[in-house]
Amino acid sequence: MWDYSETVQEHFFNPRNAGAVDNANATGDVGSLSCGDALRLTLEVDLESETIINAGFQTFGCGSAIASSSALTEIIKGMTLDDALNVSNQDIAEYLDGLPPEKMHCSVMGREALQAAVADYRGEVWQDDHEEGALVCKCFAIDEVLIEETVRANGLKTVEDVSNYTKAGGGCSSCHEGIEEILARVMAESGETFDPNAVAGEVTKPSSGMTNIQRMKRIEELLDEIRPNLQRDHGDVELLEVDGKNIYVKMTGACSGCQMAATTLGGIQQHLAEGLGEFIQVLPAEALAQRSVPGA
Amino acid sequence: MTTGIYLDNNATTMVAPEIVEEMLPYFTEQFGNPSSLHQFGNKVGRVLKQARKQVQALLGAEHDSEIIFTSCGTESDSTAILSALKAQPDRKEIITTVVEHPAVLSLCEYLEKEGYTVHYLKVDKKGRLDMQEYISLLSDNVAIVSIMWANNESGTLFPIEEMAVLARSAGVMFHTDAVQAVGKIPMNLKDSGIDMLSLSGHKLHAPKGIGILYLRRGVRFRPLLRGGHQERGRRAGTENAASIVGLGKACEMAQEAMSYEKSTVKAMRDRLEHGILEAVSYCFVTGDPNNRLPNTCNIAFEYIEGEAILLLLNKMGIAASSGSACTSGSLEPSHVMRAMDIPFTAAHGSVRFSFSRYNTMEEVEKVIEAVPPIVTQLRKLSPYWDGNGPVEEPEKAFAPSYA
Repeated sequence: MWDYSETVQEHFFNPRNAGAVDNANATGDVGSLSCGDALRLTLEVDLESETIINAGFQTFGCGSAIASSSALTEIIKGMTLDDALNVSNQDIAEYLDGLPPEKMHCSVMGREALQAAVADYRGEVWQDDHEEGALVCKCFAIDEVLIEETVRANGLKTVEDVSNYTKAGGGCSSCHEGIEEILARVMAESGETFDPNAVAGEVTKPSSGMTNIQRMKRIEELLDEIRPNLQRDHGDVELLEVDGKNIYVKMTGACSGCQMAATTLGGIQQHLAEGLGEFIQVLPAEALAQRSVPGA
Repeated sequence: MTTGIYLDNNATTMVAPEIVEEMLPYFTEQFGNPSSLHQFGNKVGRVLKQARKQVQALLGAEHDSEIIFTSCGTESDSTAILSALKAQPDRKEIITTVVEHPAVLSLCEYLEKEGYTVHYLKVDKKGRLDMQEYISLLSDNVAIVSIMWANNESGTLFPIEEMAVLARSAGVMFHTDAVQAVGKIPMNLKDSGIDMLSLSGHKLHAPKGIGILYLRRGVRFRPLLRGGHQERGRRAGTENAASIVGLGKACEMAQEAMSYEKSTVKAMRDRLEHGILEAVSYCFVTGDPNNRLPNTCNIAFEYIEGEAILLLLNKMGIAASSGSACTSGSLEPSHVMRAMDIPFTAAHGSVRFSFSRYNTMEEVEKVIEAVPPIVTQLRKLSPYWDGNGPVEEPEKAFAPSYA
């Protein structure tokens, strides 16, 4: 059975705001193809202030789908529509003290129902911008679509590359076969053949003759390339200091204190090293504080 | 013993206390390696021989040497299929069904990537095979037919004996994954056309980690594990002596309980089924009710989802399982329910109750009382449900946009 938090269980056994709202003036119907769950969210919105007075849900789905729906309605009641739209699926998952990786899509469904309901209220057509594929990496909840797109966009060639860019495959190794299949498929699109013995991240851009300023700008650029992956997990990275081969960064948001921070730093290091074409070391903010100051 | 009502015996069974007792000495004073010449090994060697005979008796095999001890049903399945391919390198096709257990299905999907052609027999809405389709696929290109005897989800039985005879007359090897069927229905392998059969100990009150591959004498074979001479070199690796003793005892007990399974266990299953169908609207039995295991019933509750049902049942101490997407790690809805073309609003709400001879009629009555309020509670939450019945034209009234 799934490892559900106490809060998830509590919201499942005693769901809040179950059923349709009587005076609803906004409805959002969404479903998740990956598991067949579906959710109808009804809202009563105050016409004057655009505040959500009441919210109700009807869910066809599993324990975490019902718990996510219940949490969503609790979170958004009393919010203005604009504030409610800022509620992310991560917020829903956090409200529930976490969801198993395979169940994160339940919280995504909640956020989408909210967007659909707001669009309905505003007379807009809601369009789903989120494509979800089969879950490939269970350690880090990375799906097929994301891996495919990352491989295609960055011309990745090895499992190690994929782990560095998406984290997928960086854990228990069980998905390496699946990742290799994706690599073979995507590489075949451009007439390439996947080579299981290829070495990850071949240095393609040697960094001869960059000035310090150019080098720092390049580091910022490279960090910007990785940023979307971190932000997807509600984290971020900030460049603190560049000291020769030592590059100090601060992990922020969800990345701060994340138990996978070391793995993430490793991924950033790999990316920077590739982009700069030289050996560098990426170190966390804590290391900057401990840096020995010459002459002190 | 733990409290609660355990109706998930197709997943695994309790190890019978008598079996545990038989096994215990083989962890302590009888620790010898059966291959050893000295007295420590010798005694263990003798009980393994006895266990082999007990298994032989339950399966109705002609020789005890046709019984190969393995680590589990999955190992037996892999050994059988891969052996057939290795032994007949010119034959590149496999026939199986769309509703097999992953132990066979995943292997076949992998073999497809390796260049083999796999024919997946389809099933109808009751989970039955089309025998004409099967006959038309048998040819000299087929290395092995692998068909489950009974389906783990619906309990539906396939006509294995008939299919084995057809395979034999076409000169094709026949393997059956009988993990769910052994001990629940009588078998007489010596008079059948079955060449190989897989069995798993923990489905019949023996411990987990022990299985059997039945290999008919004369059938060409290639081992999966090579090494020592154990199991006559057909499965190397030091014998799991205690579990083999346990499985032997389990087979003996299953033999004795066979008529009880057919009568009393079946009666409990039927009572549960009738009780639930009477009390709950919009639910139905999946699979072929007239041709299935006596211990299994699979009911699809429409417009609600299986994991939610299981969580609420679990809260009341009742253990069952579901074909819903969300109960499996894969997020895929049950391939068995999909193969039978069960609409997804029902497939997701399918719940399997599977009995053993350790269940009681008293437990059945408790479950019959527990189920209807749970269904009512979840339907209140369902967008497809309105008051006492589904909304009018449910698929149209609630047609969410899917991501």
